[in-house]
Amino acid sequence: MLRRKRDAPGADGGEEGTVPSPATSSAGSGDPLAPSLEARSLTLAWEGGPDVVRDVSLHVGSGEVVCLVGRSGCGKTTILHALSGLTRPVSGMVLLHGRDVTGTPGHVSYMLQKDLLIPSKRIIDNVCLPLVVGGMSRAEARAKAEPLMERFGLAGTEERWPGELSGGMRQRAAFMRTYLMGNDVVLLDEPFSALDALTRTDMRGWYCRMSAELSLATLAITHDVDEAVSMASRIYVLRGNPSGGVPSTIAREVVVDRPKGASAPEEFALTPAFLEAKREVLSLLGG
Amino acid sequence: MAQGSRGEARPAPHGTGRARRVAIPLVTTLAILMAWQLLVVCGIVPNFMLPTPTQVMAALVGDFPLLVSNSATTLAESALGLVIGCAVGFAFAVLMDRFEGFRLAFSPLITISQTIPTIAVAPILILWLGYGLAPKVVLVVLTTFFPITVSLVSGFQSVDPDMVDLMRTMNATRWQIFWQVKMPAAAEQFFSGLRISATYAIVGAVISEWLGGFSGLGVYMTRVRKSFSYDRMFAVIIIISALSLALMGLVDALQRLCMPWKRAEGEK
Repeated sequence: MLRRKRDAPGADGGEEGTVPSPATSSAGSGDPLAPSLEARSLTLAWEGGPDVVRDVSLHVGSGEVVCLVGRSGCGKTTILHALSGLTRPVSGMVLLHGRDVTGTPGHVSYMLQKDLLIPSKRIIDNVCLPLVVGGMSRAEARAKAEPLMERFGLAGTEERWPGELSGGMRQRAAFMRTYLMGNDVVLLDEPFSALDALTRTDMRGWYCRMSAELSLATLAITHDVDEAVSMASRIYVLRGNPSGGVPSTIAREVVVDRPKGASAPEEFALTPAFLEAKREVLSLLGG
Repeated sequence: MAQGSRGEARPAPHGTGRARRVAIPLVTTLAILMAWQLLVVCGIVPNFMLPTPTQVMAALVGDFPLLVSNSATTLAESALGLVIGCAVGFAFAVLMDRFEGFRLAFSPLITISQTIPTIAVAPILILWLGYGLAPKVVLVVLTTFFPITVSLVSGFQSVDPDMVDLMRTMNATRWQIFWQVKMPAAAEQFFSGLRISATYAIVGAVISEWLGGFSGLGVYMTRVRKSFSYDRMFAVIIIISALSLALMGLVDALQRLCMPWKRAEGEK
């Protein structure tokens, strides 16, 4: 009901048709059994440079939060860029509900590390940006977004400027804007790293609740192992040294043994299962 | 107790700070005017070479209707030139931002055009366009478009590349990225460029009038110079300064109106 699906192929010209893939022909409503987001053997490189990431495969299901952990500079953001369609992989495929979307932007919601709110737009107009870009009038977009403000903890801030809000509130607004992009797959690039420690903890819990409620498929990248283990149901550990000539690969997929019910990250972080998963991820990153 | 009194004393330096910012330059200016008056009254500088401030004030009051009617001409030329200059500057900036080839082709030429002295171009323009409004407006356009172009181009380029990426993930068109992201990002720099252009506009119009015309502050200036009435000459200078200041104030007001978020951030 809240979701707004884009009729992606053909809407913006022939870009879609240039994807050399057999899956394009079967493009339609998508396979209901396929994961929401899947990457198959992605190999990525900077333009003309050596490979940054080699043979990365991952998948994210509906309602799931999955983290991709790695040291700074190991190519995490490069992977998100490719998954969002901003860049084209050297080889490999990006599938959305089983449909090939490799190298075409506009299918997934991408939230960057910075909140990237436009200082000259009021909060309501900032969160409406994807709707306006999608062709709605400003009034229509506002009418659609206003009832959602409360759910995102933004009630009463509609007419404020971004510069007047706290970091946590700005991040909420950025997340609401991401949500209004209307895709059920969300990519997060260290979304809470700019916040103070307490706000960060609050926002992690808030995000997990919201994404379960909205049944989003979330892939978050982070270098904060605590963040990854406290939020994710599965963690991909990315290891390598691209600047030293060693392309990164996924060292292991760690399944976090989360008890059902106690899904709040701040509570889970106090359990032995948390420590066990943290130890495993740290040893993979260290070695 | 001691802490309390220190806390209360805090706001005071701010208050006196504002008073000082007004009082110190005011006293300095008055002191210079008095020294100037004394210098002439005591005969150290002969009066036929330098009028006293009181004589200048008298000339300003006596010639006021004439100064007003000439100011109207100069203001009209400046305003028209500034508006056209803004439009030209905006067009250049958009093309330079959009097409790298255009930027590479024209940016050196635009820079070189600014090294040509205004005073050298004005007579040529009069030769081509006559003594009317046209050569003045063209000169103002030539002097004002440059700061606008430069400030807008750097404003457009100041936009966060991540913001552009974010827009692309929303399938935004190039026009939407320009309108939603680049324009607001350039607003602040545009207004600093416009402030500079506003002062150039008045000076450009006056210089152009010096070299030929029927009315305007520049024409009036050459007339009083020929009759050696230096008091009226100084009066014109005061009027030119006042007009430039007023135009800058207008730009500041326009900026406050167009960028309400800046004020909100300032109050935070």
